[in-house]
Amino acid sequence: MAIPLLFIITIISFAMMRMAPGDPTALMMDPMIKQENLTAYKESYGLNDNVVVQYGRWLGNMVQGNFGESLIRQGVPVKDLILARLPNTLLLMLVSTIIAFLISIPLGVYSATRRNSKTDYAITFISFLGIATPSFWIGLMLIMVLSVHLGWFPIGGVANIGEPFSIWDRLHHLILPAFVLATADMAGLTRYSRSSMLDVLRQDYIRTAKANGFRERTVIFRHGLRNALIPIITIFGLMLPSFIGGSVIIESVFAWPGIGLLFMDAAFQRDYPVIMAVVVIAAALVVIGNLLADILYAVFDPRIEY
Amino acid sequence: MTLTEEPRLTGRPALPEEPAVAPHEPIWKLMLRKYMKNKLAVIGAVLLFLIIGAAIFAPWLAPKDPSQQVLLDKLAPPGKDYPLGADNLGRDTLSRLLFGARISLLVGFASVAGSIFIGTVVGAVAGYYGGKLDAVLMRFVDAVISFPSLFLLITLVTIFEPSIMTLIGIFAIFGWTGTARLVRGEFLSLRKSEFVLAARTLGIRNGRIIFSHILPNALGPIIVSATLGVGGVILGEAALSYLGLGIQPPTPSWGNMLQSAQNPQIMLGAWWYPLFPGLMILTTVLAFNFVGDGLRDAFDPKIED
Repeated sequence: MAIPLLFIITIISFAMMRMAPGDPTALMMDPMIKQENLTAYKESYGLNDNVVVQYGRWLGNMVQGNFGESLIRQGVPVKDLILARLPNTLLLMLVSTIIAFLISIPLGVYSATRRNSKTDYAITFISFLGIATPSFWIGLMLIMVLSVHLGWFPIGGVANIGEPFSIWDRLHHLILPAFVLATADMAGLTRYSRSSMLDVLRQDYIRTAKANGFRERTVIFRHGLRNALIPIITIFGLMLPSFIGGSVIIESVFAWPGIGLLFMDAAFQRDYPVIMAVVVIAAALVVIGNLLADILYAVFDPRIEY
Repeated sequence: MTLTEEPRLTGRPALPEEPAVAPHEPIWKLMLRKYMKNKLAVIGAVLLFLIIGAAIFAPWLAPKDPSQQVLLDKLAPPGKDYPLGADNLGRDTLSRLLFGARISLLVGFASVAGSIFIGTVVGAVAGYYGGKLDAVLMRFVDAVISFPSLFLLITLVTIFEPSIMTLIGIFAIFGWTGTARLVRGEFLSLRKSEFVLAARTLGIRNGRIIFSHILPNALGPIIVSATLGVGGVILGEAALSYLGLGIQPPTPSWGNMLQSAQNPQIMLGAWWYPLFPGLMILTTVLAFNFVGDGLRDAFDPKIED
């Protein structure tokens, strides 16, 4: 499933690019350029060839890790642009995944163990709010209050310009965007943890454990939580597409120089090779995420065999 | 009609009188009663009613022309002249929010209508015919779901030039997979049922069985998923417009109002400007979700009222 899917995505994104009416040469060229120079320029980038030939060439290169050169920033390999940005995106995604899990799972477990209490209702209501709130607006509000008015955080970027590298400075820039990216999935994750925990608490072995006189905390954490975590881990794979999509928006809000921002710039400038490379990488990340979730599932649940 | 109402004609003794506790009640009344018991669903319905009304009557309700710029009143605070303040070009925020509601609801309803249509056809065909056709269609659904859709969405928008029509089309193309899975499930469980067999025995064409015999049974879940879908599209439209790839200014949309609000200078002096469009998005999506959840419970016969 994974490899054919990647293949289909490359074909679709390639086809879309070719359908595009906008031409990068029209954007960057001097309008007075002579026709033969334009043809020569297009020729040098292979833009005059048959579409299938162009696709084949691009796919062949891509398999070898060569995504071609940027059309806008001439001579710069797409691979370099992406490698320069990818660590920032991965760091953002990693930290916000940790934040999302650290906040959602305890909340979900807590509201499952205190079912139908006021706290449970409050947590459920906040999750509803979270699902209905655009994450970029949460970002804007946090920037407005915490950064602009209170000055506690920088308004964007990955580090202070012109200062030597410091972990504290990096963290200071990372906290807000990572938190906002996490909010996008936090509500769903909380609801999911809650229902997963409720399912487990209904099981016979929980009743047995309680009947054996274990303390409630032991039952919840040792017997309940461990089993409730198994389905929560798999949802990680399903969350990945929305995380990667969310990174485009959050990186734009916080001017975070990752591949999401690179993609937005490329999309506005119609920089085909960059756009396609990012689409393929995003698709690859989704596929890897699903694979990872399957593996984790098998590791954590001894009942699963392949 | 009379035949079904006369149990004696079947040769069995007359059925005993129905107990008085379960009077015959039309199904919609039962659903309405269940729905009205859910407080959040009622609040959601009222909110939705108000928002749709505000969108329809925007030209009469709006105190000012939404695109009229009064540069002297740039970023005017909320007050008598501008109930919710003015934006960075001196336009009335309340009027722009009212007209923005038209855009959000139009894009939401129209694209969900499109995606429900595609999803219902694909799901019905897959579920009714089953077998290889089902397998192929469902693999296709899996593929579309695992697409990094926001990237393709943005790519498509830059190719086709953002406009209301392209946005509607693009959200319809990416939004149908959930409905397809849902409708397929309903059809799979109903395709072997007795009334379908009866219809087949009578020689009714497949197309007719699908649309007039089975589909009405799947209507509840479809309406629920449509309601929740509108909220999702409104969020998506807001995000694209915020990024500058959705509704283009000067047409007001809740998303593009937030785009021009992101400026430290504006945020420092005019907190109301980024606040209100977000609150509108939040309220509208919340209302759709509450209504959707309420409808789900009302349609579900397993949930007692």
